[in-house]
Amino acid sequence: MSTQGPKPGEFYQRDRTWHPPAFARDYKTSVARSPQYSLISLQNSMSEITGPVFGHNDIDPIDNDLIANYAKPGESPIGERIIVHGRVLDENGRPVPNTLVEVWQANAGGRYRHKKDTYLAPIDPNFGGCGRTLTDENGYYYFRTVKPGAYPWRNWVNDWRPAHIHVSVFGSGFAQRLITQMYFEGDPLIASCPIVNTIPDKAAIGQLIAALDRNATIPLDTIAYKFDIVLRGRRSTLFENRLEGN
Amino acid sequence: MVQKLDYLKESPSQTAGPYVHIGLAPGAAGFDIYRQELGWDIAGPNAKGERIRVEGIVIDGTGNPVKDVLLEAWQANADGIYAHPEHPGDVEEGFRGWGRVITDFDTGEWGFDTIKPGSVMGRDGRPMAPHINLWIVARGINIGLNTRLYFDDEAEANAKDPVINLIEWETRRKTLIATRSDRDGVPVYRFDIRLQGDGETVFFDI
Repeated sequence: MSTQGPKPGEFYQRDRTWHPPAFARDYKTSVARSPQYSLISLQNSMSEITGPVFGHNDIDPIDNDLIANYAKPGESPIGERIIVHGRVLDENGRPVPNTLVEVWQANAGGRYRHKKDTYLAPIDPNFGGCGRTLTDENGYYYFRTVKPGAYPWRNWVNDWRPAHIHVSVFGSGFAQRLITQMYFEGDPLIASCPIVNTIPDKAAIGQLIAALDRNATIPLDTIAYKFDIVLRGRRSTLFENRLEGN
Repeated sequence: MVQKLDYLKESPSQTAGPYVHIGLAPGAAGFDIYRQELGWDIAGPNAKGERIRVEGIVIDGTGNPVKDVLLEAWQANADGIYAHPEHPGDVEEGFRGWGRVITDFDTGEWGFDTIKPGSVMGRDGRPMAPHINLWIVARGINIGLNTRLYFDDEAEANAKDPVINLIEWETRRKTLIATRSDRDGVPVYRFDIRLQGDGETVFFDI
């Protein structure tokens, strides 16, 4: 550990009015899967501020290219070719380097390559729909994929999920573990989605909508969206550090 | 007017949905894509300590098993050290301390093989009883649920555990205690998780 300056300490308290609550009636599955008792709040110990560490031996360079990582030689998945890129930051605005980012999604028709998905839109033989990468030293990550389609789901009888990519991030401590979903700028289905609307604050919803990023597109090849991810920040232990028993 | 605090807000959580396996356990979704999936080997071959199996089921508020859950485990080694640069001390080569499992699509059963963790030093120099940190996501769960698995053969340590003792309702503490049995000479700890209702498992805001 550095002997200079304050040490990083506990994570900032999670703002659970910003996140969706466990119980959200219009997202029906949450009704029987939400605890009724309050959460017990813990001050962090080593169990919370540490978390798994991943390295380049764990994954392959092609894993972040969903256009190539399941395609037959010389073939490509059908759909709108996109780059999704951005940074993983903490609430202090500092980059989160070398952290694992995993994504999964439906194909261009809204069909998942999953044995439980029975939607009539066809499987794309050249598309798996999952990818993973490590952020670089600046917290930067990128994927190449096809834009997923909307799909229907059994909630209310005519509910349709907006196009989305599921995103899983680790950070440096288990307390930062987060799964969320990325949506696309301008999608009219966002406003009526019961899962999106589990989030009470419009500004919080906006934080999950990736912006079209013309500056990152590859002309005549692939369009781009920018999606920054923010994980919990950590307190600097200015005057005390009681984590380790001092 | 006061100065604006320039902190960012954490990205809001969303449910992992019904097809979480595609991204985090594609083999279970029905296809092979990666050279290796992550999270199947928590302790590695070199880890000291007692080899154990942990098993359970996740039950919803209607009493039915939840069959599309993904669980992650985070634990220390037998010496109570986490495989992380901020934890002083070393772990065995190959000990990651992290695992990822899914529930069986038909039965809802989940399980993993690991080693029994040692006691980890807690806050203010108070040791914590051996425990495994668990994180649970699934369709219908809007933000991942954190809980801890403790061991019923560590009753003395559990009685002094600073986290267990934070739970004012003593009758709820037992929801965090896995029960030991032996199967063909292997210790098996059973840990059923009740999301809601009678015997609801204690979940933490960490």
